[in-house]
Amino acid sequence: MPKGVRRRYLALKLVSAHFVNQEDVMNAVWEAVVRLFGEYGASKADLALIKRIPEGDYMVMRCSHSTLEMVKTSIASVTEIGGSPAVVHILRVSGTLKALLKKLQL
Amino acid sequence: MRRFADLHLKPHIEDTDQVEKLIKKASELGYRMVAMSLPIAIKQARISHLRKICWDEKVDFVTRVNLAPGTAKELLRDLRRFRRSFEIISVICHSKPVARQAAKDRRVDLLTFPATGIRKRLFDRAEAELASHALSRLEIEMAPLLSLNGFSRIRLLSSLRKEFVIAKKFGVPVVLSSGATDEYLMRGPREYAALAGLFDVASSAALDALSDGPFSLVERNREKLSPGYVAPGIRVVKEGGCCPKV
Repeated sequence: MPKGVRRRYLALKLVSAHFVNQEDVMNAVWEAVVRLFGEYGASKADLALIKRIPEGDYMVMRCSHSTLEMVKTSIASVTEIGGSPAVVHILRVSGTLKALLKKLQL
Repeated sequence: MRRFADLHLKPHIEDTDQVEKLIKKASELGYRMVAMSLPIAIKQARISHLRKICWDEKVDFVTRVNLAPGTAKELLRDLRRFRRSFEIISVICHSKPVARQAAKDRRVDLLTFPATGIRKRLFDRAEAELASHALSRLEIEMAPLLSLNGFSRIRLLSSLRKEFVIAKKFGVPVVLSSGATDEYLMRGPREYAALAGLFDVASSAALDALSDGPFSLVERNREKLSPGYVAPGIRVVKEGGCCPKV
């Protein structure tokens, strides 16, 4: 039996002077991945936004296990979202969504 | 549990709001020690005020001055004047003579090189050899990695990769610092460790450069600046008439 795809779930906190929607956040992260690791790297990342919690601007993002370091680096390099300065901080990383939400107590 | 330090915040010191924001942010991100580059003529009252802001946020405040001399002679003069006034002395090396003098002088704590201008990244094997016999460390600021893009960032990454390899080979400690001028350029220690992967630094080495390295540097300098210090391992423990005359 082939083993299932291993993934990692990242809890993120968005800090921005202006309101930004989740498409803008995803675009910024995708752009950062492509800028730093190219289209080949981005194709392996399997990035997806799982959840956004508007209170406190938290987000949960998913990526493949093998590209976790690449995704963390790309997220840390984001300085602008939708034309205004912003930061996306990585709070936690977990192997399952359930464990991540439990750790964050959300 | 690891303690982390950010040895280079660069706010406008006169702008109290900005200073408070940066210190608060540093505390939120998990730093327990911050250093700010201060003007040479800063008043003691202002330093006390900054220390109080840090104290309120449970962050240890470290005084730091950045020297950017034009010649080696100017560097020596500045070191004589300011070494005992600040806990950290960083030298921004714009020319080779200054870089060489800074690397071999035991009063210099951090060697910093301008992020832009590939010809000004003067940390080569000769520089590392000199630094390895003194006490200076190579400082790598992370803010330019975030603010630059395109070819400038590619060139910077290439230089940092080479410098890190040289520093490791010659045993020169490396310190990572933010160099942030505003809160949007600040990142947490683990985020910096991830970014350091861009120039092939292992996560554990990057975390060391944000924790053990800076803390040992500050502890050593604080001991040197304390009144009873004589030499490494020697300090005055008692003074006065009770000591037997030789």
